[in-house]
Amino acid sequence: MSTGTTEREPLFSAKTKKLLLGPLNKDNPITVQVLGICSALAVTVKLEPAVVMSISVIVVTAMSNLLISLLRNTIPPRIRIIVQLVVIAALVILVDQVLKAFVYDVSKQLSVFVGLIITNCIIMGRLEAFAMANKPWPSFVDGIGNGLGYGIILIIVAFFRELLGSGTIWGFHVMPKAFYELGYVNNGLMILPPMALIVVGIIIWVQRSRNPELQEEK
Amino acid sequence: MENLLNIFVKSIFIDNMIFAYFLGMCSYLAVSKTVKTSVGLGIAVVFVLGITVPVDYLINNYLLRKGALSWLGADFASVDLSFLSFIMFIAVIASMVQLVEMVIEKFSPTLYASLGIFLPLIAVNCAILGGSLFMQERDYGSIAEATVFGLGSGIGWFLAIVAIAAIREKIRYSNVPAPLRGLGITFIITGLMGIAFMSFMGIKL
Repeated sequence: MSTGTTEREPLFSAKTKKLLLGPLNKDNPITVQVLGICSALAVTVKLEPAVVMSISVIVVTAMSNLLISLLRNTIPPRIRIIVQLVVIAALVILVDQVLKAFVYDVSKQLSVFVGLIITNCIIMGRLEAFAMANKPWPSFVDGIGNGLGYGIILIIVAFFRELLGSGTIWGFHVMPKAFYELGYVNNGLMILPPMALIVVGIIIWVQRSRNPELQEEK
Repeated sequence: MENLLNIFVKSIFIDNMIFAYFLGMCSYLAVSKTVKTSVGLGIAVVFVLGITVPVDYLINNYLLRKGALSWLGADFASVDLSFLSFIMFIAVIASMVQLVEMVIEKFSPTLYASLGIFLPLIAVNCAILGGSLFMQERDYGSIAEATVFGLGSGIGWFLAIVAIAAIREKIRYSNVPAPLRGLGITFIITGLMGIAFMSFMGIKL
């Protein structure tokens, strides 16, 4: 892209800042755009895999947005889906190999869900909606923003599930002993898969009562 | 035979794609507004899972896993291509979906007309890739087991989406708090249904 003749935008203009921060709240990929729930919720029993998963997704969304945006003028529109899938799959393989090499036990816990980043709708959705029509730098920022928006929901859900389900955060015991002596018990239900959905439901409830313009018509 | 039945029941009820692993949630939430469309999508998913899982099983066992290439000769016995499995599986799924679409269009135009829009969507449904990846991870012993697992997972997904669509059709008449309308209540209902499905846990045939 030749930006030599046109006036260059500053690196963090108001527009790119909006791209970065919008997905954290009013444009959140999970609670508002309804993308990428598939591979999200099963990894939120503990905080650590949730954080690793979020970082992986941020890397893949940002890099695939950047690459597709660089290639966008050379991709024939008829075969764009398969080109996008190949780019995403190659990046996910890299992420998977890095995880296996450096954090093997977390990668065992994530099991198939690393591979499922490929079919994570956030990534395809952002490629189609943004990277195919925008320059590399805004696309990169958009990728990071959406990855963060996904990550923040994952981390909130994992925080509550780990705290209430096993009384720990990041494996450290934080619930005071006195509570247990008074008869407090860890809520085993929080560890089971269905509670992830209910926690997300509650997050949506809180978010939409604070932002009434997001509420759906009946 | 007993083993196959066990895998079948297990993949429908206990390891249900939606209630236990949240796979295919995107289309599950987007398409479940009416029972009619969700039946169409559900059938398409059963169909595609029943085909792609056995095909990916063959690819995994005769091309990718460690020692799979030994049929080429002793030199290849130590080759391990399993890092390629993501890209191979997604390529198989994308081309299978295309192929299934063409076959259905040729032989059953009525089925094609009812599935039409949903078939291409399926290529990026997490449940399909998830089925193949679970098959690889659980290391099923024969192609029959893999096929039964694929069909069972598809039927489990079908049941889930039809059930939620029926509930959403009814819930239109109830007074849901405004911030929960649409997405929020769907999540909570799915959670409650998940709890109900957990009562199947531990069943061994």
